Amino acid sequence: MAKIEPKKTAMPEQPASERIQNFDEVPYGYTEEMAIAEAKRCIQCKDPKCIEGCPVEIDIPGFIRLIAEGDFRGSVRVMKEKNLLPAVCGRVCPQEDQCEKFCVLGKKFEPVAIGRLERFIADWEARQGEAEIPKPAPPTGKKVAIVGSGPAGLTVAGDLIKLGHKITIFEALHKPGGVLVYGIPEFRLPKEIVFREVDYLQKLGVELITSFIVGRTKTVDELLTEYDAVFLGTGAGLPWFMFIPGENSKGIYSANEYLTRSNLMKAYRFPEYDTPIMQGKRVATIGGGNVAMDSARTALRLGAEESIVIYRRSKTEMPARDEEIEHAEEEGVIFNFLTNPVAYHADKDGWVKEIECIRMELGEPDASGRRRPVPIENSNFREPIDTVVVAIGNSPNPLVPATTPGLETTKHGTIVVDETTGRTSKKGVFAGGDIVTGAATVILAMGAGRVAARSIDEYLKTGEW
Amino acid sequence: MNTILKKETLSPSVKLYEIEAPLIAQKALPGQFVVVRIVEEGERIPLTIADSDPERGILTLIVQEVGKTTEHMGLLDEGMAILDVAGPLGLPSEIENYGTVVMVGGGIGIAPIYPITKGMKAAGNRVISIIGARSENLLFYIDKMKAVSDEFIITTDDGTSGIKGFVTDELKRLIDEGVKIDRVVAIGPTIMMKMVSEVTRPYEIPTIVSLNSIMVDGTGMCGACRVEIDGETKFACVDGPEFDGHKVDFDLLMQRQAMYIEQEKKSLECFRENLVHRI
Ligand SMILES: Cc1cc2nc3c(=O)[nH]c(=O)nc-3n(C[C@H](O)[C@H](O)[C@H](O)COP(=O)(O)OP(=O)(O)OC[C@H]3O[C@@H](n4cnc5c(N)ncnc54)[C@H](O)[C@@H]3O)c2cc1C
Ligand SMILES: Cc1cc2nc3c(=O)[nH]c(=O)nc-3n(C[C@H](O)[C@H](O)[C@H](O)COP(=O)(O)OP(=O)(O)OC[C@H]3O[C@@H](n4cnc5c(N)ncnc54)[C@H](O)[C@@H]3O)c2cc1C
Ligand code: SF4
Ligand code: SF4
Ligand code: FES
Repeated sequence: MAKIEPKKTAMPEQPASERIQNFDEVPYGYTEEMAIAEAKRCIQCKDPKCIEGCPVEIDIPGFIRLIAEGDFRGSVRVMKEKNLLPAVCGRVCPQEDQCEKFCVLGKKFEPVAIGRLERFIADWEARQGEAEIPKPAPPTGKKVAIVGSGPAGLTVAGDLIKLGHKITIFEALHKPGGVLVYGIPEFRLPKEIVFREVDYLQKLGVELITSFIVGRTKTVDELLTEYDAVFLGTGAGLPWFMFIPGENSKGIYSANEYLTRSNLMKAYRFPEYDTPIMQGKRVATIGGGNVAMDSARTALRLGAEESIVIYRRSKTEMPARDEEIEHAEEEGVIFNFLTNPVAYHADKDGWVKEIECIRMELGEPDASGRRRPVPIENSNFREPIDTVVVAIGNSPNPLVPATTPGLETTKHGTIVVDETTGRTSKKGVFAGGDIVTGAATVILAMGAGRVAARSIDEYLKTGEW
Repeated sequence: MNTILKKETLSPSVKLYEIEAPLIAQKALPGQFVVVRIVEEGERIPLTIADSDPERGILTLIVQEVGKTTEHMGLLDEGMAILDVAGPLGLPSEIENYGTVVMVGGGIGIAPIYPITKGMKAAGNRVISIIGARSENLLFYIDKMKAVSDEFIITTDDGTSGIKGFVTDELKRLIDEGVKIDRVVAIGPTIMMKMVSEVTRPYEIPTIVSLNSIMVDGTGMCGACRVEIDGETKFACVDGPEFDGHKVDFDLLMQRQAMYIEQEKKSLECFRENLVHRI
């Protein structure tokens, strides 16, 4: 057997100094040669541990073997058996905590670059032109309403349309895709990819109705009179604030607003697009997750001279993906660890001018196992700032639960479901994704969608609850 | 969908649109609004549902041209469609039989005050309406408001119609004359709503105002619309838009409304320039 290359095949990308001037995607992706070379690093384990790390159980050695053999079309087919959105997952999955974490190569060397290969094969397919439209399944006469067009909703739609059910997706915003479109920036996930996948679903026969707010335009109970089942995939879209003095000053955004203005409304192309956004010179982003990294990197591209991340714990505890942190560092994002804002100070017109922070130290581990940050007394300091993005988390939007009698929720506002079926406390209503787990990941939302789709199909056949 | 069935000019800068939106028309209640986007590059703007006809599936929107999007909307003609209309959004107005209610509508605020006034009348209240504008040519909906009011007062800043003065002067007069007022609802420019709330505060007359903060989604997802009510942060689009006027931090609201003044100017200039090029 040939000697194993210890490192992953590198993926070419835009140099940091160039890419902070544009919103184009950062990595270019593998060429065919690079993909084949990387695929050959996989030793095709008899007992492939990598699959255990993938929430949708993709046949990882299977699709990689076909890449190594140059049979890209075959590889696409293996991939699509389990994953409807490989172009998305290959880009945004936290692979280091999932498939790649379990790869046996990882014990001695770098693991196989499963995510990069997944992305390669999906992009390869897209370059071949229109995806094949499979023959439609014989209609079952059953109708399913899907609320929300994020990864959870899209997965349910894709699985159920193939079984012959009639599917309608209702989306509150004017564009489908959920966080994939309004939250994750173009430079990390080109919107084109998401729209292509949605387009494919529509070609399969899925009906998409945008600007339809369930709970307002129609309630879940009203949908239940027209549809045999309803799936709730409304995500965790309610932004948290810290409720500290001065937080409502001008120039202070939630990450949702900042990213929605930039991504969904394309404010980075103002005035060609109508929606404005603050182009701050010194921008502070509060938080340490993917959302914070996306915001801090967006700020640079909007022209910030300094983009500072303020995080109350240390680098080790940061929940953001390694790749995102690395990219942010390369681009010049400044990290201010063990620091927490306590107030904002504005000028007489209400514009934020200074951020007041306190230093923190790490104490005992908390429920999440991470060491709890504790403020250090009298360590307050102020720094000039002109834009702030609060990226400390999101919880589920209460609109659907509040307008749906009989739908059980937790004290965190998430919907209670049976994990193995996605069934809620209300007959005919299923749920999955961030609305159930709280803010999580794309692939977990898709996994939940898959589980729910299977059990919706069963319910439609048997009528048993 | 969302076809403009009728367009009417109410005053030089105010236009009325009847739009086909059957699902929203069936649900719309007084006090609620829609978010519209008129072109692919467009922003999302909130507009109050000034009237709705569930039978015909029609919404009435009344729009004052103040910037790029509203001016652009002014160029749309009957038969054309509005790209996106989402709603109905926001909490409906609280409408009950309170006794005597005073409905105050200033400028474009006359549009949103109308459906609430209609509701108040139908609920059995004695309705006193005060509508005002800078000048006569900016007034509209006079007959409609009259038809749902027991007492009807017009004020203009320049005296070209009705009584010369501000709506607050008339409200103050009613209070001074000893009219027992059980509730005041005021919608109009933020400064007007602030002044109305100041007039009623000493008398502890419950006063409801409708806050027009800057919005993006209108569904509680972004926090652009945040306002402070009794020191607490609320989202105007889902917790409102109506709030207790005595608890609103109006100065903060006015500051926040001015957040994009520079960009709004630029956007409007670009829009007008492009128009000239096209013509
Ligand atoms: C900025 C950002 C970066 C992220 N980065 C990553 C990453 O790198 N990797 C990763 O795995 N995960 C990432 N995540 C998390 C991931 O995006 C989410 O976990 C995932 O999108 C959840 O999917 P979902 O289908 O449950 O909900 P969402 O994607 O939130 O979609 C819900 C949809 O439902 C719609 N909706 C809500 N209410 C209604 C209603 N009443 N009526 C109709 N429609 C409604 C919403 O408009 C939305 O379109 C990120 C999240 C954010 C915000
Ligand atoms: C709940 C609600 C209901 C509304 N109902 C109506 C209505 O029925 N008829 C109507 O004509 N207008 C209404 N408005 C105001 C309307 O949304 C704004 O006039 C519109 O967004 C301005 O867009 P523009 O691009 O034309 O002007 P811009 O260039 O964006 O702004 C011009 C001026 O309008 C102010 N403004 C900008 N955005 C808003 C906003 N979202 N809300 C309030 N002021 C804003 C700016 O501070 C500026 O002074 C409502 C606003 C809210 C929040
Ligand atoms: S879907 Fe995500 S976890 Fe599964 S193999 Fe692909 S990158 Fe890994
Ligand atoms: S664990 Fe790693 S080496 Fe083994 S099959 Fe999976 S990807 Fe290949
Ligand atoms: S407009 Fe976005 S939360 Fe109110």
